[in-house]
Amino acid sequence: MLLASACGGGNDESSGGTSTGGALEGRGPINFATGKDTSGNLTNQVAAWNSQHPDEKVTVSELPESADQQRAQMISNAQNKSDAFSVLNMDVVWTAEFAANRWVTELQPSEFPDLGKLLPSTVDTAKYRDKLYGIPVTSDGGLLYYRKDLLDKAGLQPPKTWEEMVTACTKVKALPEGKNIGCYSGQFEKYEGLTVNFSEAVNGAGGVVVGDDGKPNVDTPEALAGLTALTEGFKTGFIPKAAITYKEEEGRRAFQEGNLLFHRNWPYVYAKAQAKDGSSKIAGKFAVAPLPGQTGAGVSTLGGHNYAISEFAKNKATAADFMKFMSSEERQKANIEKTSQAPTWASLYDDPTLNKQFPYLAPLKASIESAKSRPKVVKYGDVTTAIQEAAYGALTGTMTPKDALAGLQTKLSSLITQ
Amino acid sequence: MTVVAEKAPRVIDVKAAEAPWYRRWLPLIGVAVIVLYCLVPFFWMVVSSLRRPADQFDNSIIPSPISLDNFKDVFKSGTGFQRGLLNSLIVAGTVTVLTLVIGMVAAYTLARLEFRGKNFVLAIIIVTSMFPGISLVIPLKKLFVNIDWINTYQAMIVPSLSFALPLAVWLLTAFFRQMPRELEQAAMVDGCTPAQAFRKVILPLAAPGVFTTAIITFIAAWNEFLIALSMVNKKEYQTANVVISQFTGASGRDQPFGSQMAAGVVVTIPLVIAVLLFQRRIVAGLTAGGVK
Amino acid sequence: MSTTAPVAERPTPETTKKPKRQTSFNEGTGRLAALLLSPTMIVLILVVGLPILAALRESLYTSGQQIDESGFIVQGSKFVGLDNYTAIFSGETGTRFWNAFYNTTFFTVACVVLETVLGVMMALVMHKAFRGRGIVRASILVPWAIPTVVSALLWKWIFQADGIANEMLGTQILWSTEGWQSVLSVIVADTWKTAPFIGLLVLAGLQTIPTDVYEAAKVDGASVWQTFTRITMPLVKPALLVAVLFRILDTLRIFDLPFVLVGPNKESVETLSILAYLEANQTRYGPAAAYATLLFIYVAVVAYVFVKLLGADVFGDAIQRKTKKNGRNGRGRGKQTDPGAPVAGLTAGGGLGGE
Repeated sequence: MLLASACGGGNDESSGGTSTGGALEGRGPINFATGKDTSGNLTNQVAAWNSQHPDEKVTVSELPESADQQRAQMISNAQNKSDAFSVLNMDVVWTAEFAANRWVTELQPSEFPDLGKLLPSTVDTAKYRDKLYGIPVTSDGGLLYYRKDLLDKAGLQPPKTWEEMVTACTKVKALPEGKNIGCYSGQFEKYEGLTVNFSEAVNGAGGVVVGDDGKPNVDTPEALAGLTALTEGFKTGFIPKAAITYKEEEGRRAFQEGNLLFHRNWPYVYAKAQAKDGSSKIAGKFAVAPLPGQTGAGVSTLGGHNYAISEFAKNKATAADFMKFMSSEERQKANIEKTSQAPTWASLYDDPTLNKQFPYLAPLKASIESAKSRPKVVKYGDVTTAIQEAAYGALTGTMTPKDALAGLQTKLSSLITQ
Repeated sequence: MTVVAEKAPRVIDVKAAEAPWYRRWLPLIGVAVIVLYCLVPFFWMVVSSLRRPADQFDNSIIPSPISLDNFKDVFKSGTGFQRGLLNSLIVAGTVTVLTLVIGMVAAYTLARLEFRGKNFVLAIIIVTSMFPGISLVIPLKKLFVNIDWINTYQAMIVPSLSFALPLAVWLLTAFFRQMPRELEQAAMVDGCTPAQAFRKVILPLAAPGVFTTAIITFIAAWNEFLIALSMVNKKEYQTANVVISQFTGASGRDQPFGSQMAAGVVVTIPLVIAVLLFQRRIVAGLTAGGVK
Repeated sequence: MSTTAPVAERPTPETTKKPKRQTSFNEGTGRLAALLLSPTMIVLILVVGLPILAALRESLYTSGQQIDESGFIVQGSKFVGLDNYTAIFSGETGTRFWNAFYNTTFFTVACVVLETVLGVMMALVMHKAFRGRGIVRASILVPWAIPTVVSALLWKWIFQADGIANEMLGTQILWSTEGWQSVLSVIVADTWKTAPFIGLLVLAGLQTIPTDVYEAAKVDGASVWQTFTRITMPLVKPALLVAVLFRILDTLRIFDLPFVLVGPNKESVETLSILAYLEANQTRYGPAAAYATLLFIYVAVVAYVFVKLLGADVFGDAIQRKTKKNGRNGRGRGKQTDPGAPVAGLTAGGGLGGE
């Protein structure tokens, strides 16, 4: 029934998951394909490697800025069975797709002794069907940014639940300083960020999008409570109308302009909002807390990047060493010092000097440790589109939250069983 | 006829003098409207590029203080933007030259020779420019991988002909057909071969059309993004558009809008100046050639 | 010398030249034409023909859609006949397809009409303006010379929730949300960028009209409007029609602007190209190729209809011969009451030939 691919070969090489563990052979120059080096620090990191390994130099291929295009280039590289890319810097949500297509090499955990020192939730993102395909190098978790000055004035503690957040805002709005402030925003434009925010709302209410058994289970009262909190937020004005167009940057701007009391965003916002060059009106006036849930602590959605080895690469032994090097404590420390990217090395979060430099590390660690991965499905793109479709529909009021979730459940069931 | 030609200027002058004020001012107002229409969004682009990165989100009409930080960012070492500009120039320039050379021959043939299946040929040429670009790139990329063309200039130039050539052939055909046939006939009576007639008579006359086609082709090739993105992943060969798409802010999430706008300005202005200089020269050449 | 004389004589075409032309231009023209056209055809076959065939073939296969028991994608591709096509028209996908089809059509009609009107106006002004000509020429090139990627970003910026558009209008319109506003933003941005394309082409057409044609019209007392409809339009029509045709072809494949400005998966602005892109992005190359093929067919049909309805003189010569006998009635005698004939005569192949 199935015609063998005309290009053949592919099957034979990679058949038998057993052979892959021993297949990390060959040393020599390799190529590292990554999204644009935004911090400029990658050059330093790679230079550190290259100075120690003159015969196994790493060259960097910078891919376009958009994650979609990075993925597309990596896929086309794999489909051409090209050895141009050796190590891939992959978004955590791509793991399943790349692993299932055998575009990345399976790794033996025994070869990476330091895995145990990384935050377990981050290592989990590199697994597909319990096999390891990547090494987490950076992570990301959602944080609640709040206006400490205003909460202090109202005599309030940072909210632990959604309910507390709503009352806190009412109280702050009663203050003369807080009269015109918007209450809360996350990322609600129809894109990946909406999947993240929707999942957090659902998980924070005790629901799931996809259960631990891998089956979608989103048509539940818990999930409904989570989604309804958001839709009610829009209806009552707790979430400003414009937030439906917010991605990370628009939200950050609104927060920095002093237009938001609470704002859900990633750690990168901290440095920007703290900037003293006049770009932020709230420098020194805000603080960070873990995300609030419906009844207790919230659950963040896990972001971050894993390094993986392209199936078609040469010099895989060098590639594996490079990944160990980049995920090492020393390198990760050097990286956070320069970039504020969340590390995966657990003990770094407890480093006192780092904590001084980055006061958000403690809540961030809590956020990442309890964070949930997005569904690990091969057709992740379809799944996230379906989630966005449902969430956007509910938020813009074109369907009721109940219908949206029921529709999503049906859709996900058909997508995930295949 | 000659009488008319001599009289004509006077007629116009008289009319212009007698014309009510709005007649005289209308063109000028029109000019102003067009200029505003075209330039206001561009002005916004320039203004945005001249803000300090910290004031990026300001909506004031004049940035204060004016800052060149965004431009510095664009040209700082490591962005590869200069190289990108050069690559864009190489690719778009080669595409334009190739297109004009190949296309002019075809267009002149189509405009002047009588042969069976001419409309069929025209139809085929236009059909080729109807396929969505994204679907052309994928098979072409497979081919180029096989013949080892990835990361070469030709891998960007040759596929660009797919949209440039049909456009140029059609435009040139239309322009050539506007040329009266008597021109070549007269030239051939004077002893020119058809090729000479084309080169010495038609080409100078068709210059505005040819030049317009050249601009259009060049800009289309200059704006091309998908092919350049797909066929090349080495910095040395990336065109300016691809480089711009890779500008990022300090965190990867923030979009460095200011430097993207600065890069846009840098990409746009030289192009406009170049076209203007060329155009003046061509127009001058035309008048010298005796066409009024 | 020899160049100027015929130009001056153009307004009085001779009708007796046709036989002569055919003898002088037709000797062995078949083979000559084939020879001269071969470079173009070879290039187009290589860079367009072969990929189209590859895509057509692709559209009949699926691959990578099945997962085996250990979680791996089943390799190889499967011949599915027209399944990819029928899938497009069924159920939810069908609704989405027809929505995209409608959007594509709407964008094309709205943008092309606006651009044509604006473009022609621009060309006329540029042609008439003696002062400020350089500035207009420079400024008209600007929108168009800005790379599409950058101009999409620029408009996105302008149409932000707190952007300059809202500030100037004093509104709080959320341009990137579903609804008329997102459609409008795409149309505004597209028109801004490409009306100059038409303007420039029409201007080139205008510049090839000899001034004595206008002078003759003036002498005959033709009004401005008559001059425009009876002389200018027919004379620039070939260039204009080609420009419009290519704008139609382009706009039918519109992708960047709605994608960047408004975003993917937005019902109001989803076009056929976006659907094809999204499918390819999900590595469903078969369905993506099927979408591309359908779009291709649609574009071809539209182009065919356009050429048949309006564009007799896009192809030029056929009608030229038929109507040439009317040529004499043409230019400069706008008041003449032979309805249709003057226009038809002028229309023919630019009307200048008068072979």
